[in-house]
Amino acid sequence: MTEQELVVALGKHAFFEGLSDEDLSKLAGAAAEIEFESGTVIFKEGGPADAAFAIISGSVALELGVGGRELIIQTLHDGEMLGWGWLYPPFRWSFSAVAMHPVRMLRFDATSLRAVLDDNCALGYEVMKRFSGVMTSRLAATRLQLVDFYGNAN
Amino acid sequence: METLTEPAVIDQMTPVPFRVRSVREELSHTFTLELEPPNGSFEFLPGQFTMVYAFGIGEVPISISSSTAKPSTILQTIRRTGAVTHALGRLKSGDYVGIRGPYGTPWPMEAIKGRDLLIIGGGIGLAPLRPAIYHAMENRDDYERVVVLYGTRTPDDILFHNELQEWAERTDITTLITVDAADRSWNGAVGVVTRLIGRVGFDPMNTTALVCGPEIMMTVTAERLVEGSSLAPENIYVTMERNMKCAIGLCGHCQFGEKFICTDGAVFPYPEVGGLFDIKGV
Repeated sequence: MTEQELVVALGKHAFFEGLSDEDLSKLAGAAAEIEFESGTVIFKEGGPADAAFAIISGSVALELGVGGRELIIQTLHDGEMLGWGWLYPPFRWSFSAVAMHPVRMLRFDATSLRAVLDDNCALGYEVMKRFSGVMTSRLAATRLQLVDFYGNAN
Repeated sequence: METLTEPAVIDQMTPVPFRVRSVREELSHTFTLELEPPNGSFEFLPGQFTMVYAFGIGEVPISISSSTAKPSTILQTIRRTGAVTHALGRLKSGDYVGIRGPYGTPWPMEAIKGRDLLIIGGGIGLAPLRPAIYHAMENRDDYERVVVLYGTRTPDDILFHNELQEWAERTDITTLITVDAADRSWNGAVGVVTRLIGRVGFDPMNTTALVCGPEIMMTVTAERLVEGSSLAPENIYVTMERNMKCAIGLCGHCQFGEKFICTDGAVFPYPEVGGLFDIKGV
Protein backbone atom coordinates (compact mmCIF):
# COMPACT_ATOMS: atom_id res chain seq x y z
CA MET A 1 0.00 0.00 0.00
CA THR A 2 1.17 3.53 -0.76
CA GLU A 3 0.89 6.13 1.96
CA GLN A 4 -2.19 7.55 0.26
CA GLU A 5 -3.76 4.09 0.14
CA LEU A 6 -2.97 3.69 3.83
CA VAL A 7 -4.71 6.98 4.56
CA VAL A 8 -7.77 5.79 2.67
CA ALA A 9 -7.72 2.40 4.45
CA LEU A 10 -7.41 4.10 7.85
CA GLY A 11 -10.26 6.47 7.02
CA LYS A 12 -12.52 3.51 6.28
CA HIS A 13 -11.71 1.77 9.56
CA ALA A 14 -14.33 2.29 12.27
CA PHE A 15 -11.76 3.17 14.96
CA PHE A 16 -10.36 6.08 12.96
CA GLU A 17 -13.68 7.34 11.61
CA GLY A 18 -13.94 11.12 11.62
CA LEU A 19 -10.22 11.90 11.93
CA SER A 20 -8.89 14.56 9.54
CA ASP A 21 -6.81 13.59 6.51
CA GLU A 22 -3.90 15.38 8.13
CA ASP A 23 -4.12 13.21 11.26
CA LEU A 24 -4.69 10.06 9.20
CA SER A 25 -1.60 10.92 7.21
CA LYS A 26 0.45 11.20 10.41
CA LEU A 27 -0.81 7.83 11.60
CA ALA A 28 -0.26 6.26 8.18
CA GLY A 29 3.42 7.07 8.53
CA ALA A 30 3.64 4.48 11.29
CA ALA A 31 1.48 1.87 9.52
CA ALA A 32 1.90 -0.92 7.00
CA GLU A 33 -0.48 -3.51 5.62
CA ILE A 34 0.02 -7.06 6.85
CA GLU A 35 -1.76 -10.40 6.30
CA PHE A 36 -1.82 -13.59 8.35
CA GLU A 37 -2.92 -17.06 7.33
CA SER A 38 -5.45 -18.93 9.42
CA GLY A 39 -3.81 -20.38 12.54
CA THR A 40 -0.89 -17.97 12.59
CA VAL A 41 0.16 -16.74 16.05
CA ILE A 42 0.23 -12.95 15.65
CA PHE A 43 1.74 -12.37 19.09
CA LYS A 44 2.26 -14.39 22.24
CA GLU A 45 1.20 -13.76 25.83
CA GLY A 46 4.10 -12.15 27.71
CA GLY A 47 5.93 -11.20 24.52
CA PRO A 48 7.03 -7.65 23.64
CA ALA A 49 4.10 -5.45 22.63
CA ASP A 50 5.82 -3.79 19.71
CA ALA A 51 2.79 -3.07 17.50
CA ALA A 52 -0.86 -2.10 17.34
CA PHE A 53 -3.21 -3.61 14.77
CA ALA A 54 -6.36 -2.38 13.03
CA ILE A 55 -8.32 -5.33 11.62
CA ILE A 56 -9.55 -4.74 8.09
CA SER A 57 -10.95 -8.22 7.46
CA GLY A 58 -10.97 -11.62 9.13
CA SER A 59 -11.12 -12.75 12.75
CA VAL A 60 -8.55 -12.93 15.52
CA ALA A 61 -8.80 -15.03 18.68
CA LEU A 62 -7.43 -13.66 21.96
CA GLU A 63 -6.13 -16.59 23.95
CA LEU A 64 -5.07 -17.14 27.52
CA GLY A 65 -2.96 -20.09 28.62
CA VAL A 66 -4.89 -21.88 31.37
CA GLY A 67 -3.68 -25.12 32.90
CA GLY A 68 -1.60 -26.07 29.91
CA ARG A 69 -4.24 -25.36 27.28
CA GLU A 70 -5.22 -22.31 25.29
CA LEU A 71 -8.61 -20.80 26.13
CA ILE A 72 -10.18 -18.33 23.70
CA ILE A 73 -11.54 -15.47 25.77
CA GLN A 74 -12.65 -13.16 22.97
CA THR A 75 -12.64 -12.86 19.23
CA LEU A 76 -12.08 -9.64 17.32
CA HIS A 77 -13.35 -8.90 13.86
CA ASP A 78 -13.13 -6.40 11.02
CA GLY A 79 -13.38 -2.80 12.16
CA GLU A 80 -11.87 -3.54 15.58
CA MET A 81 -8.48 -2.76 17.12
CA LEU A 82 -6.16 -5.50 18.33
CA GLY A 83 -3.81 -4.85 21.22
CA TRP A 84 -3.09 -1.97 23.60
CA GLY A 85 -0.10 -3.42 25.45
CA TRP A 86 2.10 -1.10 23.35
CA LEU A 87 0.57 1.95 25.08
CA TYR A 88 2.12 1.60 28.53
CA PRO A 89 5.13 -0.03 30.23
CA PRO A 90 6.25 -2.75 30.46
CA PHE A 91 5.00 -3.06 26.85
CA ARG A 92 4.06 -6.75 27.11
CA TRP A 93 1.09 -8.62 25.68
CA SER A 94 -1.43 -9.83 28.26
CA PHE A 95 -2.86 -12.40 25.84
CA SER A 96 -1.89 -14.29 22.75
CA ALA A 97 -3.53 -13.46 19.41
CA VAL A 98 -4.14 -16.07 16.74
CA ALA A 99 -5.64 -15.60 13.26
CA MET A 100 -8.87 -17.66 13.17
CA HIS A 101 -9.37 -17.03 9.48
CA PRO A 102 -7.12 -15.27 6.98
CA VAL A 103 -6.68 -11.79 8.43
CA ARG A 104 -5.80 -8.51 6.78
CA MET A 105 -4.70 -5.72 9.08
CA LEU A 106 -2.86 -2.47 9.35
CA ARG A 107 0.14 -2.88 11.64
CA PHE A 108 1.45 0.17 13.49
CA ASP A 109 5.02 0.08 14.72
CA ALA A 110 4.68 0.85 18.44
CA THR A 111 7.70 3.12 18.76
CA SER A 112 6.71 5.17 15.71
CA LEU A 113 3.09 5.34 16.77
CA ARG A 114 3.94 6.49 20.29
CA ALA A 115 6.21 9.15 18.80
CA VAL A 116 3.41 10.41 16.52
CA LEU A 117 0.99 10.59 19.43
CA ASP A 118 3.55 12.21 21.76
CA ASP A 119 4.37 14.87 19.18
CA ASN A 120 0.74 15.63 18.33
CA CYS A 121 -1.01 16.02 21.65
CA ALA A 122 -4.52 16.67 20.29
CA LEU A 123 -4.32 13.58 18.10
CA GLY A 124 -2.74 11.62 20.95
CA TYR A 125 -5.57 12.61 23.29
CA GLU A 126 -8.17 11.69 20.67
CA VAL A 127 -6.62 8.27 20.08
CA MET A 128 -6.34 7.71 23.85
CA LYS A 129 -10.05 8.56 24.25
CA ARG A 130 -10.92 6.07 21.54
CA PHE A 131 -8.75 3.36 23.11
CA SER A 132 -10.38 4.12 26.47
CA GLY A 133 -13.76 3.49 24.84
CA VAL A 134 -12.52 0.19 23.43
CA MET A 135 -11.09 -0.85 26.81
CA THR A 136 -14.28 0.13 28.66
CA SER A 137 -16.46 -1.74 26.23
CA ARG A 138 -14.31 -4.88 26.43
CA LEU A 139 -14.14 -4.66 30.23
CA ALA A 140 -17.94 -4.41 30.33
CA ALA A 141 -18.23 -7.42 28.03
CA THR A 142 -15.78 -9.37 30.21
CA ARG A 143 -17.83 -8.55 33.33
CA LEU A 144 -20.90 -9.94 31.61
CA GLN A 145 -18.98 -13.09 30.72
CA LEU A 146 -18.20 -13.49 34.43
CA VAL A 147 -21.84 -13.38 35.56
CA ASP A 148 -24.41 -16.02 34.70
CA PHE A 149 -25.45 -14.10 31.60
CA TYR A 150 -27.28 -16.98 29.94
CA GLY A 151 -28.23 -18.82 33.11
CA ASN A 152 -31.92 -18.96 33.87
CA ALA A 153 -34.12 -18.40 30.87
CA ASN A 154 -36.59 -21.07 29.77
CA MET B 1 -66.68 -11.52 36.67
CA GLU B 2 -65.50 -15.09 36.35
CA THR B 3 -65.16 -17.21 39.42
CA LEU B 4 -63.17 -20.39 39.82
CA THR B 5 -66.33 -22.53 39.81
CA GLU B 6 -67.63 -21.35 36.43
CA PRO B 7 -67.48 -24.01 33.68
CA ALA B 8 -65.25 -21.89 31.41
CA VAL B 9 -62.68 -21.50 34.15
CA ILE B 10 -62.84 -25.18 35.05
CA ASP B 11 -62.21 -26.04 31.38
CA GLN B 12 -59.16 -23.79 31.32
CA MET B 13 -57.81 -25.38 34.48
CA THR B 14 -58.22 -28.96 33.22
CA PRO B 15 -55.15 -30.47 31.54
CA VAL B 16 -55.68 -32.42 28.31
CA PRO B 17 -53.60 -35.59 27.91
CA PHE B 18 -51.02 -35.35 25.10
CA ARG B 19 -49.08 -38.46 24.11
CA VAL B 20 -45.28 -38.24 24.24
CA ARG B 21 -43.88 -39.25 20.84
CA SER B 22 -40.25 -38.83 21.83
CA VAL B 23 -37.91 -37.27 24.35
CA ARG B 24 -34.81 -35.78 22.81
CA GLU B 25 -31.80 -34.80 24.90
CA GLU B 26 -30.60 -31.42 23.63
CA LEU B 27 -27.94 -30.50 26.21
CA SER B 28 -26.76 -31.95 29.50
CA HIS B 29 -29.71 -30.46 31.41
CA THR B 30 -32.11 -29.70 28.58
CA PHE B 31 -34.46 -31.91 26.62
CA THR B 32 -37.32 -31.55 24.15
CA LEU B 33 -40.66 -33.33 24.46
CA GLU B 34 -42.33 -34.10 21.14
CA LEU B 35 -46.05 -34.24 21.87
CA GLU B 36 -49.03 -35.52 19.90
CA PRO B 37 -52.25 -33.53 20.41
CA PRO B 38 -55.26 -35.81 21.16
CA ASN B 39 -57.32 -34.53 18.22
CA GLY B 40 -54.33 -34.35 15.87
CA SER B 41 -53.89 -30.60 15.92
CA PHE B 42 -52.99 -27.86 18.42
CA GLU B 43 -53.19 -24.28 17.19
CA PHE B 44 -50.91 -21.68 18.77
CA LEU B 45 -48.98 -18.53 17.91
CA PRO B 46 -45.19 -17.99 18.03
CA GLY B 47 -44.14 -17.10 21.57
CA GLN B 48 -47.07 -18.70 23.39
CA PHE B 49 -46.61 -21.22 26.19
CA THR B 50 -48.49 -24.11 27.73
CA MET B 51 -48.79 -25.42 31.26
CA VAL B 52 -47.23 -28.88 31.17
CA TYR B 53 -48.44 -31.27 33.85
CA ALA B 54 -46.35 -34.22 35.03
CA PHE B 55 -49.17 -36.35 36.43
CA GLY B 56 -49.07 -36.54 40.19
CA ILE B 57 -46.09 -34.19 40.45
CA GLY B 58 -47.07 -30.73 39.25
CA GLU B 59 -47.30 -28.19 36.45
CA VAL B 60 -44.77 -25.86 34.86
CA PRO B 61 -45.09 -23.16 32.18
CA ILE B 62 -43.06 -24.05 29.10
CA SER B 63 -42.78 -22.12 25.83
CA ILE B 64 -43.63 -23.97 22.66
CA SER B 65 -40.51 -24.35 20.52
CA SER B 66 -42.02 -25.83 17.34
CA SER B 67 -43.45 -24.36 14.16
CA THR B 68 -47.00 -23.02 14.08
CA ALA B 69 -47.19 -24.48 10.57
CA LYS B 70 -46.97 -28.00 12.03
CA PRO B 71 -49.82 -28.10 14.58
CA SER B 72 -49.80 -31.90 14.69
CA THR B 73 -46.40 -31.91 16.41
CA ILE B 74 -45.80 -29.83 19.51
CA LEU B 75 -42.26 -29.41 20.77
CA GLN B 76 -41.53 -28.15 24.26
CA THR B 77 -37.92 -27.60 25.23
CA ILE B 78 -37.32 -27.89 28.96
CA ARG B 79 -34.40 -27.49 31.34
CA ARG B 80 -34.23 -29.78 34.36
CA THR B 81 -34.43 -27.41 37.30
CA GLY B 82 -36.88 -28.95 39.80
CA ALA B 83 -39.12 -31.89 40.64
CA VAL B 84 -41.59 -31.34 37.79
CA THR B 85 -39.05 -30.80 35.05
CA HIS B 86 -36.99 -33.77 36.24
CA ALA B 87 -40.15 -35.90 36.15
CA LEU B 88 -40.90 -34.68 32.61
CA GLY B 89 -37.36 -35.57 31.64
CA ARG B 90 -37.92 -39.16 32.75
CA LEU B 91 -40.89 -39.65 30.41
CA LYS B 92 -40.65 -42.19 27.60
CA SER B 93 -42.28 -42.50 24.21
CA GLY B 94 -45.91 -43.52 24.72
CA ASP B 95 -46.27 -41.80 28.10
CA TYR B 96 -48.69 -38.93 28.58
CA VAL B 97 -48.45 -35.38 29.93
CA GLY B 98 -51.27 -32.98 30.70
CA ILE B 99 -51.37 -29.79 28.64
CA ARG B 100 -53.28 -26.58 29.26
CA GLY B 101 -53.16 -23.69 26.85
CA PRO B 102 -51.84 -22.21 24.68
CA TYR B 103 -51.50 -19.11 26.82
CA GLY B 104 -49.93 -15.70 26.67
CA THR B 105 -49.27 -12.99 24.14
CA PRO B 106 -47.36 -13.96 20.98
CA TRP B 107 -44.43 -12.35 19.24
CA PRO B 108 -46.01 -9.57 17.08
CA MET B 109 -45.37 -11.33 13.79
CA GLU B 110 -48.41 -9.79 12.04
CA ALA B 111 -47.79 -6.25 13.23
CA ILE B 112 -44.15 -6.24 12.11
CA LYS B 113 -44.66 -7.49 8.57
CA GLY B 114 -42.51 -5.56 6.12
CA ARG B 115 -39.85 -4.78 8.72
CA ASP B 116 -36.37 -6.15 9.34
CA LEU B 117 -36.26 -8.73 12.15
CA LEU B 118 -33.41 -8.85 14.62
CA ILE B 119 -33.89 -11.97 16.74
CA ILE B 120 -31.53 -12.25 19.72
CA GLY B 121 -31.46 -15.29 22.00
CA GLY B 122 -29.34 -16.25 24.98
CA GLY B 123 -28.95 -19.78 26.33
CA ILE B 124 -32.21 -21.70 26.40
CA GLY B 125 -33.95 -18.43 25.47
CA LEU B 126 -33.61 -19.57 21.88
CA ALA B 127 -36.49 -22.02 22.43
CA PRO B 128 -39.32 -19.44 22.74
CA LEU B 129 -37.83 -17.59 19.75
CA ARG B 130 -37.68 -20.62 17.46
CA PRO B 131 -41.37 -20.47 16.42
CA ALA B 132 -40.83 -16.82 15.42
CA ILE B 133 -37.75 -17.81 13.40
CA TYR B 134 -39.68 -20.64 11.72
CA HIS B 135 -42.54 -18.24 11.01
CA ALA B 136 -40.18 -15.72 9.40
CA MET B 137 -38.58 -18.44 7.26
CA GLU B 138 -41.96 -19.94 6.28
CA ASN B 139 -43.29 -16.49 5.37
CA ARG B 140 -40.03 -15.08 4.12
CA ASP B 141 -41.60 -12.52 1.79
CA ASP B 142 -43.46 -10.93 4.68
CA TYR B 143 -40.25 -9.60 6.19
CA GLU B 144 -37.22 -7.75 4.95
CA ARG B 145 -33.88 -8.72 6.46
CA VAL B 146 -33.94 -11.50 9.06
CA VAL B 147 -31.01 -11.73 11.48
CA VAL B 148 -30.62 -14.32 14.24
CA LEU B 149 -27.98 -13.68 16.94
CA TYR B 150 -27.38 -16.37 19.55
CA GLY B 151 -25.10 -16.46 22.56
CA THR B 152 -24.41 -19.11 25.14
CA ARG B 153 -21.67 -20.18 27.56
CA THR B 154 -19.61 -22.71 25.60
CA PRO B 155 -19.86 -24.61 22.31
CA ASP B 156 -21.25 -27.57 24.29
CA ASP B 157 -24.13 -25.37 25.48
CA ILE B 158 -25.39 -24.40 22.03
CA LEU B 159 -29.08 -25.25 21.84
CA PHE B 160 -30.39 -26.61 18.50
CA HIS B 161 -26.79 -26.63 17.28
CA ASN B 162 -27.37 -28.48 14.00
CA GLU B 163 -30.32 -26.28 13.15
CA LEU B 164 -28.35 -23.10 13.86
CA GLN B 165 -25.65 -24.35 11.52
CA GLU B 166 -28.29 -24.97 8.83
CA TRP B 167 -29.63 -21.45 9.31
CA ALA B 168 -26.08 -20.08 9.11
CA GLU B 169 -25.73 -21.67 5.67
CA ARG B 170 -28.93 -20.11 4.36
CA THR B 171 -28.55 -17.04 2.19
CA ASP B 172 -31.95 -15.53 3.01
CA ILE B 173 -31.23 -15.05 6.72
CA THR B 174 -28.13 -14.08 8.69
CA THR B 175 -27.24 -16.24 11.69
CA LEU B 176 -24.32 -15.52 14.03
CA ILE B 177 -23.39 -17.52 17.12
CA THR B 178 -21.08 -16.55 19.95
CA VAL B 179 -19.94 -18.26 23.16
CA ASP B 180 -18.39 -16.95 26.37
CA ALA B 181 -15.34 -19.20 26.23
CA ALA B 182 -13.93 -21.91 24.00
CA ASP B 183 -10.79 -23.79 23.10
CA ARG B 184 -9.17 -23.92 19.67
CA SER B 185 -11.62 -26.53 18.39
CA TRP B 186 -14.19 -23.72 18.18
CA ASN B 187 -13.99 -21.71 14.99
CA GLY B 188 -16.66 -19.11 15.76
CA ALA B 189 -17.00 -15.92 17.75
CA VAL B 190 -16.20 -15.62 21.46
CA GLY B 191 -17.75 -12.81 23.52
CA VAL B 192 -21.15 -11.79 24.82
CA VAL B 193 -24.06 -11.77 22.39
CA THR B 194 -24.29 -7.97 22.41
CA ARG B 195 -20.93 -7.84 20.63
CA LEU B 196 -22.59 -9.45 17.62
CA ILE B 197 -24.98 -6.52 17.25
CA GLY B 198 -22.26 -4.25 15.93
CA ARG B 199 -21.34 -6.81 13.28
CA VAL B 200 -24.77 -6.75 11.63
CA GLY B 201 -25.65 -3.29 10.49
CA PHE B 202 -29.37 -2.59 10.48
CA ASP B 203 -31.72 0.28 9.85
CA PRO B 204 -33.07 1.35 13.27
CA MET B 205 -36.11 2.96 11.66
CA ASN B 206 -37.26 -0.29 10.06
CA THR B 207 -36.12 -2.93 12.54
CA THR B 208 -37.96 -4.80 15.26
CA ALA B 209 -35.95 -6.81 17.79
CA LEU B 210 -37.28 -9.93 19.50
CA VAL B 211 -35.16 -10.80 22.53
CA CYS B 212 -35.25 -13.75 24.91
CA GLY B 213 -32.87 -14.85 27.62
CA PRO B 214 -32.23 -14.19 31.30
CA GLU B 215 -33.32 -10.75 32.47
CA ILE B 216 -29.76 -9.44 32.69
CA MET B 217 -29.14 -10.54 29.11
CA MET B 218 -32.38 -8.88 27.90
CA THR B 219 -31.61 -5.68 29.84
CA VAL B 220 -28.08 -5.36 28.50
CA THR B 221 -29.19 -6.25 24.99
CA ALA B 222 -32.03 -3.72 25.01
CA GLU B 223 -29.71 -1.00 26.33
CA ARG B 224 -27.19 -1.82 23.61
CA LEU B 225 -29.89 -1.66 20.93
CA VAL B 226 -31.28 1.65 22.19
CA GLU B 227 -28.07 3.47 23.11
CA GLY B 228 -25.65 1.89 20.67
CA SER B 229 -27.87 1.43 17.63
CA SER B 230 -30.66 4.02 18.11
CA LEU B 231 -33.45 1.44 18.05
CA ALA B 232 -36.64 2.85 19.59
CA PRO B 233 -37.53 0.96 22.82
CA GLU B 234 -41.05 0.30 21.53
CA ASN B 235 -39.51 -1.70 18.69
CA ILE B 236 -37.97 -4.15 21.14
CA TYR B 237 -39.99 -7.11 22.44
CA VAL B 238 -38.94 -9.40 25.28
CA THR B 239 -40.49 -12.50 26.79
CA MET B 240 -40.68 -12.96 30.53
CA GLU B 241 -40.65 -16.02 32.75
CA ARG B 242 -42.12 -16.24 36.22
CA ASN B 243 -43.37 -19.09 38.32
CA MET B 244 -46.99 -19.50 37.17
CA LYS B 245 -49.84 -21.44 38.71
CA CYS B 246 -53.19 -20.77 37.04
CA ALA B 247 -51.85 -19.20 33.80
CA ILE B 248 -55.20 -17.48 33.27
CA GLY B 249 -54.78 -14.33 35.35
CA LEU B 250 -56.61 -15.44 38.46
CA CYS B 251 -54.06 -16.42 41.10
CA GLY B 252 -51.56 -13.56 40.84
CA HIS B 253 -48.64 -15.93 41.27
CA CYS B 254 -46.80 -14.48 38.26
CA GLN B 255 -47.45 -10.83 39.06
CA PHE B 256 -44.64 -8.59 37.83
CA GLY B 257 -45.23 -5.01 38.95
CA GLU B 258 -48.70 -4.21 37.70
CA LYS B 259 -48.56 -6.96 35.07
CA PHE B 260 -49.53 -10.60 35.12
CA ILE B 261 -46.95 -12.43 33.05
CA CYS B 262 -49.43 -15.15 32.07
CA THR B 263 -52.10 -12.92 30.52
CA ASP B 264 -50.41 -9.54 29.89
CA GLY B 265 -47.32 -11.38 28.53
CA ALA B 266 -45.29 -13.45 28.39
CA VAL B 267 -44.20 -11.36 25.35
CA PHE B 268 -44.08 -7.66 26.20
CA PRO B 269 -42.97 -4.51 24.42
CA TYR B 270 -39.77 -3.64 26.27
CA PRO B 271 -41.00 -0.28 27.64
CA GLU B 272 -43.77 -2.08 29.55
CA VAL B 273 -41.39 -4.17 31.65
CA GLY B 274 -37.83 -2.93 31.16
CA GLY B 275 -38.01 -0.51 34.08
CA LEU B 276 -38.93 -3.33 36.44
CA PHE B 277 -35.98 -5.61 35.69
CA ASP B 278 -33.63 -4.04 38.22
CA ILE B 279 -36.12 -3.56 41.06
CA LYS B 280 -35.59 -6.06 43.86
CA GLY B 281 -38.60 -8.06 44.90
CA VAL B 282 -40.69 -7.38 41.79
